[in-house]
Amino acid sequence: MTFVVEHSGHGSLLQDLGRPGMGHLGVGASGAFDRGALRQVNALLGNDVGAAAVETYGGLVLRAQEPHVIAVAGAAGPVLIDGRPVTSGRATPVRAGQRLVIEPPTIGLRTYLGAAGGIAAPPELGSASSDTLSGLGPPLLAAGQILATAPSGPMPWLDDVPALGRSGDIVLDVVLGPRDDWFTPASVRRLLQDAWQVSPTSDRVGVRLEGTALERVVHHELPSEPVVRGSIQVSAAGQPMIFGPDHPVTGGYPVIAVVTDPHTDRLAQARPGQVVRFSRVG
Amino acid sequence: MRILPCGDRAVLIDCASLDEAQGWFAALENRAEVVLGARTVLVRGEPAEARALIGGTRPGPSAADSGATVEIPVTYDGDDLADVASLTGLTPDEVVAAHTGTPWTVAFTGFAPGFSYLVGGDPRLNVPRRSSPRSSVPPGAVGLAGEFSGVYPRRSPGGWQLIGRTSLAMWDSARDRPALLVAGCTVRFVVA
Repeated sequence: MTFVVEHSGHGSLLQDLGRPGMGHLGVGASGAFDRGALRQVNALLGNDVGAAAVETYGGLVLRAQEPHVIAVAGAAGPVLIDGRPVTSGRATPVRAGQRLVIEPPTIGLRTYLGAAGGIAAPPELGSASSDTLSGLGPPLLAAGQILATAPSGPMPWLDDVPALGRSGDIVLDVVLGPRDDWFTPASVRRLLQDAWQVSPTSDRVGVRLEGTALERVVHHELPSEPVVRGSIQVSAAGQPMIFGPDHPVTGGYPVIAVVTDPHTDRLAQARPGQVVRFSRVG
Repeated sequence: MRILPCGDRAVLIDCASLDEAQGWFAALENRAEVVLGARTVLVRGEPAEARALIGGTRPGPSAADSGATVEIPVTYDGDDLADVASLTGLTPDEVVAAHTGTPWTVAFTGFAPGFSYLVGGDPRLNVPRRSSPRSSVPPGAVGLAGEFSGVYPRRSPGGWQLIGRTSLAMWDSARDRPALLVAGCTVRFVVA
């Protein structure tokens, strides 16, 4: 059961739920940026919840060499089989010889393409996730590459699920700390009140935000300390960056607040220029 | 020691010293998912449960006392050896003697899989990072930065002062234990 990659598109790579629990070896968890969308395609296809799928910014063109059942979720945008639109959030058959095109999305940023049986990839440390920081896992998809799927079982009966892509501001719950006391009280207030714009330099390592610089009261260097997905690290220039799935295990700048774990999935769909706002919890 | 909030899935133990952090790491590493920093220990788990676990734990002796010893053969021909010599006021041979003369301890890992921050070396080797980092450092490069020494596991950007290279693999995913060095190991550099 195979597809041929005709065009690899932008930033297309394989992701599953990553390799958690290896921070003590210097290995980050990586995994799908939008874990909810990954789980959604796998649920629609009757796969294991963490089966590998393609994460892409779009521009991806695959040709089916055999019949498949596929599903897409995450960002919203045109997905076509031989020119006919595919509904996001629904299992859809693809016949041998048909061409599947995932165009760049119009809402959200990352689309997830799953196939019944899951996409096969040799695991590294138990995961097929591409970690773009450490280089673990398979490389970016390339034209001419064959994507194989495992044979699949019977399809589940599931109602269609809505696409996750959404427009408007992205609101993220945060817990202040561990280093909020390194910043002026006014800066902590501004973190929670300001509209922060997503920078085009964002990637799987971190989503960079632009706004009025946050000011510190503690100016000495921070001895390297462990960071988690969702940590809002503030550079020396005062601009926040939220760590994504491929973040380093330790960081050298103070973390003013941490986005709650479920809300870190929303960042997968944050487009450059979009506004992020923070809401304090806990 | 203070326990700091770190989101909804972890807390951070903030210690006065690396030694204290290593003690907490050693006491907790078989009871929770923990990551060691230079002065901190990340404990993953629901924050109230993690705080309760920490409250019921006594920090052990420093992990530095309990690890294995790894010998790393080094060819001391790094591009920054002369700069390190002038920064420290030592001759290049004295830099090599200082680097090999004292056992180092793996303090913590980070930056890249298999990258270990080694401490406890000769204090005369405390040098600043290069003013501009190299875009590509070859695997096996042995470097110095601040109180730390380290070996680059794979080709990557890097700002440390490079004094030599080793052919020993710091990281191999195919090994049972992919990282050659883990927190607590003692490391001896020897001239290859």
